Amino acid sequence: MTTLVPLLSTLLDSLELGLIYAIMALGVFISFRTLNMPDLTVDGSFTLGAAISAVMVFNHGRPFSGLALAFLSGCIAGVCTALLVTKMKIQPLLSGILMMLALYSINIKVMGGKPNIPLLNKTVMFSFLEGASPGKYARYLFLLLILVIVIIVLFLFLKTKLGFALRATGDNDKMVRALGVNTDNMIIIGLALSNGLVAFSGAIIAQYQSFADVSMGIGMVVIGLASVIIGEVLFGTRTLLRRLSAVSLGSVTYRLIVAVSLWLGMPPTDLKLVSAVIVAIALSMTAAKDKFASLITRRANTVGKEGE
Amino acid sequence: MLRVENVTKIFNRGSVNEMKALDNISLYLEEGEFVTVIGGNGAGKSTLLNCIAGVYEIDAGRITLGGIDITYAPEYKRSMYIGRVFQNPLDGTAFDMTIEENLAIAYAKGKPRGLRPGITRAEAALFREKLALLGLGLEDRMKEKAGRLSGGQRQALTLLMATITKPFLLLLDEHTAALDPVTAKKVLELTDRIVKEQKLSTIMVTHNMKAALDYGTRTIMMHEGRIIMDLDSRQKKEATVEWLIEQFSRRSGTDFDNDRMLLG
Repeated sequence: MTTLVPLLSTLLDSLELGLIYAIMALGVFISFRTLNMPDLTVDGSFTLGAAISAVMVFNHGRPFSGLALAFLSGCIAGVCTALLVTKMKIQPLLSGILMMLALYSINIKVMGGKPNIPLLNKTVMFSFLEGASPGKYARYLFLLLILVIVIIVLFLFLKTKLGFALRATGDNDKMVRALGVNTDNMIIIGLALSNGLVAFSGAIIAQYQSFADVSMGIGMVVIGLASVIIGEVLFGTRTLLRRLSAVSLGSVTYRLIVAVSLWLGMPPTDLKLVSAVIVAIALSMTAAKDKFASLITRRANTVGKEGE
Repeated sequence: MLRVENVTKIFNRGSVNEMKALDNISLYLEEGEFVTVIGGNGAGKSTLLNCIAGVYEIDAGRITLGGIDITYAPEYKRSMYIGRVFQNPLDGTAFDMTIEENLAIAYAKGKPRGLRPGITRAEAALFREKLALLGLGLEDRMKEKAGRLSGGQRQALTLLMATITKPFLLLLDEHTAALDPVTAKKVLELTDRIVKEQKLSTIMVTHNMKAALDYGTRTIMMHEGRIIMDLDSRQKKEATVEWLIEQFSRRSGTDFDNDRMLLG
């Protein structure tokens, strides 16, 4: 029993983290699935959002403006990556890496030349919840509300005429061009939205954990991919709304897996290794399935020959 | 209507693999003409279509459509006026989107793509009506993903998408080559019907000589990036596949070596 109590409290904490990181995972979903273009900018734009959010809280005492500004700056970072891809014709992966590297320096600049900003005893977005009636669940409900709004807005956007063109660009860019859409613009809009959401998520995290750190975005894209894949496998992809919800649940599931692993005694520094392994396994599923099917066919074929 | 004037397209310019795909070619299309294009592999048929559509930038010459110079217009802008169906059925639709969503993207061609609902009720009704005309039962599967359709169904859907907003010009690049003969014939008949109904100016590339003669109002034969024969409606009626093959050997100075062209 004595060990179960800390587990329960960690699980509740990871539920909250999962809700916040779900917004980041939805951002990754847009680049990775909708545009079919894995975007490594995420590692930098997550930290960018956190840095801006922290500065706005620390220097100006404006937590909510910090969130909005973080979203906008994430959009700008996404546009820069998209311009490298579409106008400079640099491969998407490389464009993302270049942006990620550039953002590392920019993030330190944003934080006034320091590698981190502590926000203890500052007014953050959660401060107004103190003394709220449902007690400790207020923060949890607040985060859930934010996530639900993000999912609904994203869903409605992807169901507009512009959203259709964006989704089709990732599916089949040749067709989209043949139907009069400038695919370059779709990539710019898509990566802007994607990184805007990622930065927004980073901004909330900074205020949630009361600090921003220049290295907090490392491996973020892999965590995002893991959430997308875990969500899709466990919760389905049949309709768009279901898929967006699945990605969010994937993020929560990922946090729960992390919490349980830590509780079982895994050193925290092993987390990134575990994330990488999860994503590698998930991405190799298709190849593994094909191989397995081929082995069965071969076996059946050989057995048939022996019978002759 | 369409004027392709002295167009030359060279691939891999300046390398050992340099190839002149189009050699000073000229082609004029009147409004409502339905041209079928035949020729062996590497004759430049697809290249011609791709140059008109803006996939490739040409090395010399000029292309105008409806009096507007489109020689250097980007592909997506030309697409406002040009409908296309590709050889590979996978190229024509977004597989992870539903049939009605695919049609909605096509129907929004030339209109602003803003934050309005992707499909309105009126549009859905229109799509249902248009799909029913294909006679494939797709009107009852509008919420299914396009990835679930067979090759023939996809080409029929792509054809509908290419013509749902009437294009100035329809380009069909061997759009039945990947289909089995029975399905290919169905899609060809559907093509013919749509082209006639809407009086569309059309260029259809095909490997099938019989189809080239059976459909359309004009047939051109290409070889090594040039047009070596141009038959009008009357000449088409009199022509036979055997006669075409004979003409090909005589005019191109090469033997007929392409089995695929003989089939059908």
